[in-house]
Amino acid sequence: MKLTLHVWRQETKNDPGEFKTYELDHVSPDMSFLEMLDLLNEEIVSRGEVAVAFEHDCREGICGACSLVINGVPHGPEKATTTCQLHMRSFKDGEHVYIEPWRAKAFPVIKDLVVNRKGLDKIIEAGGFISVNTGPVPDANNQLISKEDADKAMDAAACIGCGACVAACKNGSALLFLSAKAVHLAHLPQGQIEKKKRAKAMVEAMDEAGFGHCTNTLECEAVCPKEISADSIAQLNLEFLKASLG
Amino acid sequence: MELNAKIPDGPLEKKWSNHKFNTKLVSPANKRKYKVLVVGSGLAGASAAATLSELGYQVSCFCFQDSPRRAHSIAAQGGINAAKNYQGDGDSVFRLFYDTIKGGDFRSREANVYRLSETSVNIIDQAVAQGVPFARDYGGLLANRSFGGAQVSRTFYARGQTGQQLLLGAYSALAKQVGQKAVKMFTHTEMLDLILLDGHAKGIITRNLITGTIDCHYADSVILATGGYGNTFFLSTNAVGSNVTASFRAYKKGAGFANPCYTQIHPTCIPVSGHFQSKLTLMSESLRNDGRVWVPAQKKDKRSPQNIPNTDRDYYLERKYPSFGNLAPRDIASRSAKEACDKGLGVGETGLGVYLDFADAIKRLGQKTIKERYGNLFDMYQRITDENPYEVPMRIYPAVHYTMGGLWVDYNLESTVPGLFVLGEANFSDHGANRLGASALMQGLADGYFVIPYTLGGYLAGQKPLEKSKALEQEAKGAQENVEEKISKFLNIKGKKSPLAFHKELGTIMWEYCGMARTKEGLKEALKKIPELRDEFWENLNVTGDAGSLNQQLEKAGRVADFLEFSELMCRDALEREESCGGHFREEYQTEDGEAKRNDEDFAHVAVWEHKEGKSPLRHKEELKFENVSLTTRSYK
Ligand SMILES: Cc1cc2nc3c(=O)[nH]c(=O)nc-3n(C[C@H](O)[C@H](O)[C@H](O)COP(=O)(O)OP(=O)(O)OC[C@H]3O[C@@H](n4cnc5c(N)ncnc54)[C@H](O)[C@@H]3O)c2cc1C
Ligand code: FES
Repeated sequence: MKLTLHVWRQETKNDPGEFKTYELDHVSPDMSFLEMLDLLNEEIVSRGEVAVAFEHDCREGICGACSLVINGVPHGPEKATTTCQLHMRSFKDGEHVYIEPWRAKAFPVIKDLVVNRKGLDKIIEAGGFISVNTGPVPDANNQLISKEDADKAMDAAACIGCGACVAACKNGSALLFLSAKAVHLAHLPQGQIEKKKRAKAMVEAMDEAGFGHCTNTLECEAVCPKEISADSIAQLNLEFLKASLG
Repeated sequence: MELNAKIPDGPLEKKWSNHKFNTKLVSPANKRKYKVLVVGSGLAGASAAATLSELGYQVSCFCFQDSPRRAHSIAAQGGINAAKNYQGDGDSVFRLFYDTIKGGDFRSREANVYRLSETSVNIIDQAVAQGVPFARDYGGLLANRSFGGAQVSRTFYARGQTGQQLLLGAYSALAKQVGQKAVKMFTHTEMLDLILLDGHAKGIITRNLITGTIDCHYADSVILATGGYGNTFFLSTNAVGSNVTASFRAYKKGAGFANPCYTQIHPTCIPVSGHFQSKLTLMSESLRNDGRVWVPAQKKDKRSPQNIPNTDRDYYLERKYPSFGNLAPRDIASRSAKEACDKGLGVGETGLGVYLDFADAIKRLGQKTIKERYGNLFDMYQRITDENPYEVPMRIYPAVHYTMGGLWVDYNLESTVPGLFVLGEANFSDHGANRLGASALMQGLADGYFVIPYTLGGYLAGQKPLEKSKALEQEAKGAQENVEEKISKFLNIKGKKSPLAFHKELGTIMWEYCGMARTKEGLKEALKKIPELRDEFWENLNVTGDAGSLNQQLEKAGRVADFLEFSELMCRDALEREESCGGHFREEYQTEDGEAKRNDEDFAHVAVWEHKEGKSPLRHKEELKFENVSLTTRSYK
């Protein structure tokens, strides 16, 4: 396959940045999207130019490092698929492909396709945990948890923290990310005690990190590679409301 | 090099509790005077950093990703073992201990493995308290499955994402401490050297991957939890960034490297599909609970698998290992797949693949049940291969997965460099020559949550809190200059070949000569080819960009440079170990029916390599003593 790639190049945070166009030949339909970018980079550096920077690590859809907006959609055209799991068979020979970084106020560009996602960590640091230290804790089977609750907790806990939800949201809100954590813990008895405090602390940290407010457009749910349900936002709002009312 | 394993006296079951009691403590008020650097934020690093900070130490934690939550541990799928005996099926601490020792082909330390089994039960309690959503039965109790050839159900799991959930648990504990400003987290930061003072580890040199700044960090002790070195083979199931740099730089500063040749090749991975391939994807071992492995009985059978009748199929694992069948341990299943393909029976375009077939299971249990059990894995397989495993059998082939070797540590997890501790996959301690499924997560968390918090105190109690001195700064300056010099070298070669191209070439050499089956001739060939490739690297490397900003080509160059040296140590170790054991298979040492033949007389020891600048490394031995188990031939027939 032959593709025309329009790749966002931006040297530093303050550089305005622009699309650069590259023709890439010998793309195999069995390649992953990132392997296609590897190929592009091999060509670029062989010409003595600077490679395109992009983040990746596991390349199997679980670490949440990869983060590209492909033809306008975070993680590209396939549903429930991270960029690293997207394969070139999803594109047509001769196609033009636009590749951009996550775009959100809270995610400043570091270089090319790499953005600063520290804001997500800040939200967890503010309250996305159960306050338990390492040490003697009750036996794991002391507390029964219904399979249904465990499954629901797991559904929400599957979030990989990639930030696609933020990138898709016109307000740059991280509420799906945040509520996934809140709902995961709220479904477990261990998570009950700090439920209200947690929601409040995380929402405050989200605001402070520069994420926008949620206006329920649900773009986040549509692009989430792990199909985290936006119902968690509704549940969170309820918790938060309760917390604010004291 | 002195190798004192410091195994405590007393009966096996008492060693750890006695040792905890006898180890010196640092008083709560004094803990905050000590600073500890934890390099790595995977299961081992995150659990250690969180726990040490909870105890009151000043902790800094480092990782090269943009967030500690992205460490390679996140990718573990299948589960974590613990001797809880919740299923009442006869499990016990001793059984887990025995299985692990035997699984490791009697090449690990009894005392360490026993402690691991003992602490395994605490890990599950801790994880549940943190909110890790393990699978539950309908009655609300924790569910278990049997895994990796174990004959009891002791594996705890969270769907196919156990590593993710355990790591997020450890990450949440770490985040809690970071939020309280009790841990300083350095993301996008790579350790490039170790700082020694009077032979003790007292700091590290790092590069900030975003700004390119080289910094010195000083501390009373350094903990490496930097993962395994499977990517020496280029293609592996590891995350693309996993590397040997931190361990290798420590080795060069005097830390002994144990059993570098012990690598685990996992039998169920998606086969290589083209030269562009950048990593291999694991299909969880749990699939072998219901899938049957086979190849066509005749060469060049080009029929599609559904059209090959049973009589023309060879279910070789069931045939060769009737009692374990498709659940034979990893090393054995991998080697059998290679054997079948070497005979020309392999399937797929490359001939390097075997079938993992679910047709019988679907007939027996229905598609719905199979979907419930393995749906996410089937989807992943289809996404990568564009084939539907509900209709055609999966094609699988072995791939490099885990490294049992690592920096040598004593019972306290301290390396031969005083004050340098090593946890998780980066050390060599518990898995001998072969690791059993679901036991790496267990080891990483045992090391981080439950071992280092005690043993570190033993070291620090004998140390005065570090004061900055001329000597220390001098040491750091030297190390820093070396790092800077190397970086500018990379940038100034201005050759023609990218770091990736060199890495791929090295991988081909390693897989060919130091992979699933090794021979004396082959290893010697590798020991000729690697230095040649390395020479070419230093003459013909092409790194574009600069050192003062994010430059992933430069990062890669540094890692490949270390792989190019370290790979030689692996081959040397494989050459010297004249026996077959676990994941190390030397073709010269096999039984008549092709099974691994150990040589307990000459090789029941840990091989520990000492770096000698400008000379060949020295091989030392730690003899292994077995007082509680007798060495038997590992048979799964
Ligand atoms: C696909 C897959 C599935 C697996 N499934 C299972 C399973 O089901 N059960 C099981 O028990 N085991 C499993 N394993 C093995 C297990 O996941 C690993 O052995 C384990 O997670 C390693 O943890 P760790 O903490 O030692 O290292 P890692 O998780 O690899 O973490 C290494 C850390 O070190 C950091 N680091 C590395 N080098 C540097 C440096 N130079 N400077 C700064 N930071 C550095 C990294 O940023 C990272 O934070 C699996 C492995 C793979 C590949
Ligand atoms: S690289 Fe890990 S999720 Fe894509």
